[in-house]
Amino acid sequence: MGTASTTRERLRVTGTVQGVGFRPFVYRHAVALGLAGYVLNDSAGVLIEVEGPAEAVAELTRLLIEDAPPLARVTGVATERLQTSGTTVGAFHIVESQHSGSADVPISIDTATCADCLAEIDDPDDRRHGYAFTNCTNCGPRYTIVLGVPYDRPATTMAGFAMCSRCRAEYEDPGDRRFHAQPNACPTCGPQLIWRTTVATDALSGPGALDAALDAITSGRIVAMKGVGGYHLVADATDQQAVAELRRRKARDDKPFAVMVSSLAAARRLCRIDDSAAAALTSIRRPIVLAPRLDGAILAEGVAPGLPEIGLMLPYSPLHHLLLAGAARPLIMTSGNLSDEPIAHHDDDAVSRLTPLVDGLLQHDRPIHIRCDDSVVRATGGRIQVLRRSRGFAPEPLRLPFEAHRSVLAVGAELKSTISVAKRDWVVPSHHIGDLEHLATYRSFMQAIDHLPRLYGVVPDIIAHDMHPEYLSSKWAAQADLPTVAVQHHHAHVAACMVEHGRTEPVLGIAYDGLGYGPDGTLWGGEMLVADFVSSCRVAHLHPVRMPGGVAAIREPWRMAAMWAVAAVGSEAAQRRLVDRGIDSVTATAVLDLGERPSSPVTTSAGRLFDAVATLLGGRRRVTYEAQAAIELEALARTVERGDAPRYDGCMTFEDSVLDPTALIAALLADLDSGVDRALIAAGFHEAFGRATVALAATTAAEHHIDTVALTGGVFQNARLTEIVESGLRDRGFDVLVHATIPPNDGGISVGQAAVAAFTQQ
Amino acid sequence: MTTTDDRHAEVLDRIEAFRRRRPRLTDDLVTLAHGAGGKASAALVDAVFVEAFSGGDHGPLADAATLTLPTGERLAFTTDSFVVQPRRFPGGSIGHLAVHGTVNDLAVSGATPTWLSVAFVIEEGFPIAELREIAADMAQAAAAAGVRLVTGDTKVVGKGAADGLYITTAGVGMIPAGRHLGPELVRPGDVVLLSGNMADHGMAVMLARGDLMLDADIRSDTASLGQLVDALLTAAPSTRWMRDPTRGGVATVCNELARDTNRGVVLDEALLPIAPAVVGACDLLGIDPLYVANEGKVVAVVAPHEADAALAAMRSNPIGAQAARIGEIVAEPQAIVVLLTSFGGTRIVDMLVGDPLPRIC
Repeated sequence: MGTASTTRERLRVTGTVQGVGFRPFVYRHAVALGLAGYVLNDSAGVLIEVEGPAEAVAELTRLLIEDAPPLARVTGVATERLQTSGTTVGAFHIVESQHSGSADVPISIDTATCADCLAEIDDPDDRRHGYAFTNCTNCGPRYTIVLGVPYDRPATTMAGFAMCSRCRAEYEDPGDRRFHAQPNACPTCGPQLIWRTTVATDALSGPGALDAALDAITSGRIVAMKGVGGYHLVADATDQQAVAELRRRKARDDKPFAVMVSSLAAARRLCRIDDSAAAALTSIRRPIVLAPRLDGAILAEGVAPGLPEIGLMLPYSPLHHLLLAGAARPLIMTSGNLSDEPIAHHDDDAVSRLTPLVDGLLQHDRPIHIRCDDSVVRATGGRIQVLRRSRGFAPEPLRLPFEAHRSVLAVGAELKSTISVAKRDWVVPSHHIGDLEHLATYRSFMQAIDHLPRLYGVVPDIIAHDMHPEYLSSKWAAQADLPTVAVQHHHAHVAACMVEHGRTEPVLGIAYDGLGYGPDGTLWGGEMLVADFVSSCRVAHLHPVRMPGGVAAIREPWRMAAMWAVAAVGSEAAQRRLVDRGIDSVTATAVLDLGERPSSPVTTSAGRLFDAVATLLGGRRRVTYEAQAAIELEALARTVERGDAPRYDGCMTFEDSVLDPTALIAALLADLDSGVDRALIAAGFHEAFGRATVALAATTAAEHHIDTVALTGGVFQNARLTEIVESGLRDRGFDVLVHATIPPNDGGISVGQAAVAAFTQQ
Repeated sequence: MTTTDDRHAEVLDRIEAFRRRRPRLTDDLVTLAHGAGGKASAALVDAVFVEAFSGGDHGPLADAATLTLPTGERLAFTTDSFVVQPRRFPGGSIGHLAVHGTVNDLAVSGATPTWLSVAFVIEEGFPIAELREIAADMAQAAAAAGVRLVTGDTKVVGKGAADGLYITTAGVGMIPAGRHLGPELVRPGDVVLLSGNMADHGMAVMLARGDLMLDADIRSDTASLGQLVDALLTAAPSTRWMRDPTRGGVATVCNELARDTNRGVVLDEALLPIAPAVVGACDLLGIDPLYVANEGKVVAVVAPHEADAALAAMRSNPIGAQAARIGEIVAEPQAIVVLLTSFGGTRIVDMLVGDPLPRIC
């Protein structure tokens, strides 16, 4: 090739390109193409300078985009022509990281062990045979071990492990799968397992630790195991007694436990796994996948009491693989905590909090920096919906459909809390933080506020928060030394849905959830809003009703049932029904009376309506976890095909944009009294409520000349309702936006808050 | 690992720095939340009154001022207004409250309550007979508390300009030489005591007001704390700090304690004394009794070695029979109150901004 075709270019690669084997990938191709130059990581991503034949440079550029390593997500390659320097062909090298302050470089997600690493673990002749901390540039822990940027071993919790000569050689060889794999380790130099029982004082470390833990688990004991993002409590999922004992110790009455199985085939023995569920289960993200349980599945009764779905996941760390292979049965793998507390992730904390709950602890000495719960997705109708976006998803950025006017820190809501940071054209939601009123969760919240902006080089201009004055997140924002903006709860829900679908034009948002603070001081939750990223306007809502005893009406859905029953059949008949359901008459009278007093807050919540109907149809009077009654109502309804459900046509009406279920409640009660099957009534309620929602939304959208409808809020985790509303609106020609990757529940609130605050100009 | 622990410590420092900050006032108009005793009240007092009266000098805001005379003797001085509806309720009346409220503010500041002034704002049309009853209640309460009503004032306003009757009392008491109480004395490991069942007064008033259709035998605890506090200070001279948990309840005074000492307050749910009838009424109303008013209780912080003696002294007084050790002071988390729940969880008990409003969903 002649000098005429020689060129020198600077290639700026942006996206998730650090900690994913990008530099060795560039190195291999550059060397193969005979190019000279260098590649390095810096605060903006990967920077490459190459010199050589123009066709070879073009080929490298193409490969960067089309052939990037599995964990990389390239969002852009900017090229710049430079003066050729005459560097000799073949002189290509990797330059050490540039330590320059903050970074725009997304940290990779924690990913499931790759096939190459698994093969090594299984190979008796490999030096990593049976090693629980095997990883490479294509897999392993990332976000959970990162202390700061740029992503380099000293800035991870692996800093304390000096590599042995063989690991060091892999780490330094650009042709090796472990070139600059920051968590690289082997049995000689890397993290070790430690087994402690609650009776013996001596700890057992090394390979025997795993066997001891397996012995305990397979003989019906409960073990705390340190995983990737925190501790799990592990028990034999087929052992009735072990599962019951776990519930007792964890003080968790009914909330379902997640189950880990060894393979997709093992998953198929327990649940009906469609293609989308199979893809989610085997993806590198490895979330918990909610899938319909098969009749006769060999699982203890107490795994998911009263629910037709099981949360399944596949092993995502070498330790999981070894444990599942050894146990040869499905294992409960539930968060290592007391009921409702955050998952333990620091060793000292785990020992003090979990020791009373377990018979032994399987620990290791690689610290976890960021607590990261398992993500949860639901597979319904061939689609995946993320319900909890955490390990395997965080801290992946999402694109904003606009250029931000300012950098934002959004502090989210109160339950299922996440925070988000936004800058330029992206927003990064944090891992799942949890319910803020728990001290340990509040600390995680503060840690996330400290950590996430620094990881992404965001210096917030403004803090976005909820309008609810009593949310701990709102109170934190009120005391911070930065300007703040309050974003209404349901506006944030709608905005999150718009971000997910890349929309900026106004939409009709149907926000159905438990409750959120409305600007009128009442508790909203059955709202239709015309919204964009600038503002939102409430254009329709559910009929307001009082919540007798405020928060007590959330814990005790029968109180909401009482309110709707009074509206439908009058207070005397309502009182009789309550007493028939086992409520003592003094309590019933007092609560019915409270329901007429201004001291009881007013709500338009759809979630509370579902609670009420669940109780009226004979469901529980008191819930032990959020939305429990509504979840059970949906499960009941889904036993009936849509076409078989009673229609209750004309029972659910709207007038002046207020959706009124009073007549529907009366009709449900009449059917119940005449002995109609409860499942049919439950299905009929879903149909009537969904169809009325469609009719009102269609009318309202037409009035406002809007053709796009966003379905958001926790109630749209209800697959049956979503199906009815989505298909109804599509049939009428609407463009319908449904959540897939951002949770419809309060876990998505911080994304919407961030988008609204980032869009608005000062 | 050191780096992780350091980072953890740094985060905790930041939590504490944020929580130590006093709330900002962002409202243009006074709302009922500004009178509810929570963060909104504190913000109003801070931004308007402290700002105007002391040039923004943020000292701990005690319920009573300590004044040192040229002779070296110290006086405690306090004032309070009473606007309760209904004016009479099981266990007492606005008259009892007007005396006990001021007497108790003096007592918990370590003083021996001595003299009271009283001012009435009366709405045109108010029945003289009721006024006599209230005056008699005040006389009886004052006699029992060993204080004298020594001066006063009466104003009558037009119909509709006031809601029946408002009473303001001010009080002066002597602080014995050598007695010292204050948040700066509180140490980690100190024990938190409560002198009896909580939430009686607030629930008695709510029931009397007809907020809940329920017959329950709940009486206000309105009483003078003078003798109980005397006995406590004699038995436990190390007593560090006291406060009467009136409006805003035990939760609010514990938050003031945490804020002013910059320590953590850990309460144990299982140890909180409360009458079953009050639990039942609170459950029905969906109200957390930790935030409900008391009118004859003291929260005291004492050194651990005197905790048993202090508790015995409280219990020897009829109004302290249900006294209990409810928690302890910890170094960390700073400026936060947490409740160890009955199943082992740790819940933040924050100061409310205004009235309680559901925040779960």
